[in-house]
Amino acid sequence: MAKVFVPTPPSPPPNSSTPAIQWLKRNFFNSPFSIVMTLLSVYVIWSIVPFALNWAILDATWTGTDRTGCDANPDGACWAALRVRFWQVMLGRFYGANPEEIWRPLVIFALFVVIAYLLLSETLPGEYRLYLGGFALIVFPVLTYGLIHGGMFGLKVAATSQWGGFMLTLILAVGGIVLAFPLGIVLALGRRSSLPVVQWLSITFIEFWRANPLITILFMASNLLPLFLPSEIEVDKVARALVAITLFQSAYTAEAIRGGLASIPKGQFEAADSLGFKYHHTMGLIVLPQALKVSIPAIVNTFIALFKDTTLVGIVGLLDVFRMAQTVSRSTEWKGFDYETYIFSALIFFMCCYGMSRYSQSIERKLNREHKD
Amino acid sequence: MKKLGILALSVAMAVGFASAASADTLADVKKRGVVRCGVDGGLAGFSAPDDKGKMQGIDADVCYAVAAAVFGDASKVEFISLTAKERFTALSAGEIDMLSRNTTHTLRRDASLGVDFTYYNYIDGQGFLVKKAIGVKSALELSGATICIQSGTTTERNLAAYFRAKKMDYTPVSYDTSVQTREGFESGACDVLTSDKSQLAAIRSDLKDPESAMVLPETISKEPLGPVVRQGDDAWANIVRWSLFAMINADELGVTSKNVDEIAKTTEEFQIRLMLGLEGDTGKSLGLSKDWAMQIIKQVGSYGESYTRHLVPLGLAREGTLNALWTKGGILYAPPF
Repeated sequence: MAKVFVPTPPSPPPNSSTPAIQWLKRNFFNSPFSIVMTLLSVYVIWSIVPFALNWAILDATWTGTDRTGCDANPDGACWAALRVRFWQVMLGRFYGANPEEIWRPLVIFALFVVIAYLLLSETLPGEYRLYLGGFALIVFPVLTYGLIHGGMFGLKVAATSQWGGFMLTLILAVGGIVLAFPLGIVLALGRRSSLPVVQWLSITFIEFWRANPLITILFMASNLLPLFLPSEIEVDKVARALVAITLFQSAYTAEAIRGGLASIPKGQFEAADSLGFKYHHTMGLIVLPQALKVSIPAIVNTFIALFKDTTLVGIVGLLDVFRMAQTVSRSTEWKGFDYETYIFSALIFFMCCYGMSRYSQSIERKLNREHKD
Repeated sequence: MKKLGILALSVAMAVGFASAASADTLADVKKRGVVRCGVDGGLAGFSAPDDKGKMQGIDADVCYAVAAAVFGDASKVEFISLTAKERFTALSAGEIDMLSRNTTHTLRRDASLGVDFTYYNYIDGQGFLVKKAIGVKSALELSGATICIQSGTTTERNLAAYFRAKKMDYTPVSYDTSVQTREGFESGACDVLTSDKSQLAAIRSDLKDPESAMVLPETISKEPLGPVVRQGDDAWANIVRWSLFAMINADELGVTSKNVDEIAKTTEEFQIRLMLGLEGDTGKSLGLSKDWAMQIIKQVGSYGESYTRHLVPLGLAREGTLNALWTKGGILYAPPF
């Protein structure tokens, strides 16, 4: 009798559920603790999100030129307040009061975005980037001041005391970052210098500014400096804040760059020496290009911190975007809409800082690639 | 160390004041073409920008009045936003020509900061807002109460002093901002809220049910607020002081921005004719034009108009308060021209 081959029935798949359910099980329900956490999170999201969504978007008052619409709708956010005051919050009191002049900061902002894009993305060939960098460092600040302040070519004067909003935040942050950069390089090199006087001066400078909170420095610059100076000499309030921020930031930039310098192997210096390179050639052509590249993520980190720190200028009476937004909820017309204004300025800060952090991450990825090659 | 710091600060202040005091502010202002006026810039009713970006409020109106008196053009003001801490420094360092920032007149400030208080454009004082449900009609019945308060302000000190003097006890509940204080009161963290009365009215009008709360009649501190100038330039102090007096006198004489042209044509009343520059020349001795007060009234209005424009919408009635004219039971009293 011939044996008949009876195949054993195939064993069932190890897990009969669909991949989606498996994924859920693996990630959300793999242990009693994780089950509890998952349910708790779902509950929290469930109780917050619909409410937030209703308040901020679905039930919100988006239009209207005064508060009647918002008062009639107390369960929704009052975005009308920020719509009416948008330019005031973004550009400060002068441009808020002179809508026909708004093109001036907008032109500068557009230029800034174009320059920043061209410099940061690598679409331009190296030589042009150098020229553009020179333009951005020397011509652009003059142009910015000329156009935003006015007073020449028949432009209305916008005194710096009337500057404010996001414009002022950007001016202080970008100005501080850009001015602090060369100063930071010099300080970092000075700190590693073999000349003791230079080294000690750099160390003292860096440690002094790092040891003081920015708020103290701003307060000194704004309140004590004018008392020491004769009353004929007037240093502009925005300029004083900018100088204080620059000095403060340069110490942090210097430390970030010093970290980069420390990562350059000794062999690079020795190779340069053996080729007969002078100090500035060694540094300018060999060490700094590598060191700066390595320290970019750290520098961007200090930039993000500085960008957020600019809100501190509020204590010396400069109205940055946060204070300007706050002013809206403290005016007779829109009194009481505090959450809206805080959320608005939080959003602006989030967008800027998140953008910077993404940029720094992409640089890091690129650096990693290059190192592996 | 601390002593050294105080010494350095006072030397610095003395230097600052010495150099600032010699200045001829009126000449400087005329040369510059604008009056630089220090304000809060974020306090509804006193000074806060409106939707068009124009500074509004009774503090701002004093600045506009001085500009109208000096230039005949109320718009020639540059507003500088100042925090409470830096306001006197900015004034003594010459960064501003006048300070109109809800500033309380006290002896310490008057005598040691090198500033001159001109007159008062709002007389404030600390008071209590209570829930009607607890049935209290006077601050003397507040013993044992839980009181919401904004921390870090003089109101805290005044409150403690008042309760100690009356031998009553209380439980304070402190908040960081006035908004939080209001929310604490509303959510039932306390039955009583204390702050300056100008703020209490605003806080009450922001409540979900304003009728559920009332302001008690007692005022436990004196807060006379007014414009301030640098000490040592009396001519300028006179201009600021009389710009405010002109607004108050116009209120008393019934002259407003709307009827001033009509009145100028017909009036026979001597004080009004003097004020409007129809008789004599009050401007000459101040170093101003003949029609300086006329310009203030035309462009800014009387004190009453300013009050109605900025404070009445916040729920601050004027009748029966200290800010009413002396003829109407208040204490606002301006000398004659």
